[in-house]
Amino acid sequence: MAQPQGGARAQAPAAAAVDLAGIDITFHIEGGQRYKAVTGIDLTVSAGEFVSVVGPTGCGKSTLLNAAAGLLAPSAGRVSIFGETLAGLNRRAGYLFQQDALMPWKTALENVKVALEPMGVADAEADRQARDWLARVGLRAFVDRYPHMLSGGQRKRVSLAQMLIRNPEILLMDEPFGPLDAQTRQIMGNLLLDLWSKDRKALIFVTHDLEEAISLSDRVVVMSAGPAAGIVADYRVSLPRPRDIAEIRLDRAFHEIHRDIWASLRVEVQKAYAMGEGRELVEGAGA
Amino acid sequence: MKRARLLFLQAMVMVVALLIWHVVTAYPLLGDVKTIQFFFSTPAAVIGRTWTQLTGTEIYYHLGITLTETVLAFVIGSAAGIFFGFTFARQELLAAVFDPYIKAANALPRVVLAPIFALWFGLGIWSKVALGFTLVFFIVFFNVYQGVREVSPTVLANARMLGMNERQLFRHVYWPSALTWMFSSLHTSVGFALVGAVVGEYLGSSAGLGYKIHEAESVFDVTGVFSGMVILMIFVIAIDSLVTLIEKRLLVWKPQQNARTV
Repeated sequence: MAQPQGGARAQAPAAAAVDLAGIDITFHIEGGQRYKAVTGIDLTVSAGEFVSVVGPTGCGKSTLLNAAAGLLAPSAGRVSIFGETLAGLNRRAGYLFQQDALMPWKTALENVKVALEPMGVADAEADRQARDWLARVGLRAFVDRYPHMLSGGQRKRVSLAQMLIRNPEILLMDEPFGPLDAQTRQIMGNLLLDLWSKDRKALIFVTHDLEEAISLSDRVVVMSAGPAAGIVADYRVSLPRPRDIAEIRLDRAFHEIHRDIWASLRVEVQKAYAMGEGRELVEGAGA
Repeated sequence: MKRARLLFLQAMVMVVALLIWHVVTAYPLLGDVKTIQFFFSTPAAVIGRTWTQLTGTEIYYHLGITLTETVLAFVIGSAAGIFFGFTFARQELLAAVFDPYIKAANALPRVVLAPIFALWFGLGIWSKVALGFTLVFFIVFFNVYQGVREVSPTVLANARMLGMNERQLFRHVYWPSALTWMFSSLHTSVGFALVGAVVGEYLGSSAGLGYKIHEAESVFDVTGVFSGMVILMIFVIAIDSLVTLIEKRLLVWKPQQNARTV
C-alpha cells in the first residue's frame, strides 16, 4: 500500500502543490549541541489532495509543516511550491496553528478583516467578506466578540475564517483541533471537510490522532519517532466522499485502514515511548 | 448591602482617626494644648483651611501649574519611553550594548537630579518636567520593551503567514501589545509624573502644590502643610480615577478578572 516517494520531480506537467525533497532540519540548541529533528523527508502533495501527517509526539511533524510554510528554513533539501523553490515565507499558503493565534486586542470581525489588509482590499469590501466568512463558520452572532469571550472551538472557527478568507492555494494545519474536546473536534472536522470540499485545496494536516487523520484525509503519512524522524509509511485512504467523520468511524473499510496504519504507527509510538527519557535529556540540555 | 456596609466601615476609619486627632489636640491629655496644636494643628482647622482654599481662586493657579508639569512629564516621558522601548526591542545589539547603562541610570535615585535640573532648566516648570520625565521614561521604556519582546510567537507567526509586512506587523501586533503593557503601568507612570512635579516644586520653585506646602512649612504653618497635603490627595485621587476610566476604555478586549468567576 505504501506509495513510491520522491522520484519524478523534474518538470512534471502540473507541478505538485508542495514538494519536500530530501529535507533535513537540525536545531542548534544552547551549549553548542545540535538536535536533528527530521531527516531525509520526501513528501509530495498534489493540488486538491488532503494529506494527514501522523506520528508519535515530538517526532517533528510540526517542524515539517513549518518548513512547508517557510517559517523554518531546512538545513538540507529543497521545498518547492507549485514547482518553484521556496525562499522565505510561503505566500501561497495559509496556516492554522494549534495554539491561539488570534490577535487578542481585535474582535472576531477585525481579526478576519485584517487578513485582507495585506492584499489591499478596501475596508468596506473586507468588512463584507469577513462577515460572510464568519457566517460560514457559524459565528454570525459573534462578530463583535473579543477572543477571550469565545470558546476554544469558536476561536478555531475565527482562525479558520481568517485563513480561508485569503483564499490560499495551500492549507497547512498543525494539530488545529488538538486543544478541543472530542465532540467539538468532530464538529470542527465536519466543518473543515465541508469548507474544503467546496474548492479542494492542497491540505497538509498534522495530527497525532489517527482516527481523525483517516476520517479526514485522502492520504495518511506516518512519521517515525524522533530524533532524526523520517517518513516510514504512506497510505492512501479511499473512503468515499462526502464523509461524516463521526459516522465513517463505524465503517468496516475505516477499520481495515486503521488496522493497517496502526500497525506501523504503533511501532513508532512504542519507540518514542521507550526513548522518552533519553530525548528529555537532550531537550533538557537546550532549556 | 455589602457595598453600603463597606462604605460605612471605610467612613468609620476616617471618623475614628479624625476623632483621635481632635481629642489629642483639643484636650490637655498629652501636655499643653497650645504646644500640641503648634505641632499637629487640629482637624477642624485643617478642614477649614482646605475649604477656604478650595473655594478661593489662588489654589487653582497652583494646581494648574502642577497639573501642567505632570501632564508634560507624562507625555514627553511616555513618548520617549515608547520610542526607545520599540527601538531597543527590535535592535538586539543596541539593547545589549546599552543594557548596563540603562540599568545604572535607572538605579539612580532621581531626587538627586533635582538641583541639577534646577540649574539647567531654571526654577520654572521645565526643571519639574525634567524630573518627572526621568521617572516616567524608565517605567514606560521597560514596559514597552517587554511588551514588544513578549508578543506571542504564535500570534506573530500567524500575522506573518497572513502576509503582513513590517509596517502592518507594527500596527496590528507590536503596537497593541506594547500599549497593553504600557497601560498596565499607567497608574504607576502617572503617579510618578506627579511625584516628579511635586518634589521638584518642593525643592525650588515659585508656584505649584509642592511650593505651597513648602511655603507653609517654612513659616511653621502646620495647618497649611496638612491642608496642602489634603488637597494633593484629592488631586491624586481625581487623576487616578481619570486614568482608570481611560484604561477601561482602551483595554476593553482584556479579560476582566471578575468575568471569570461568577
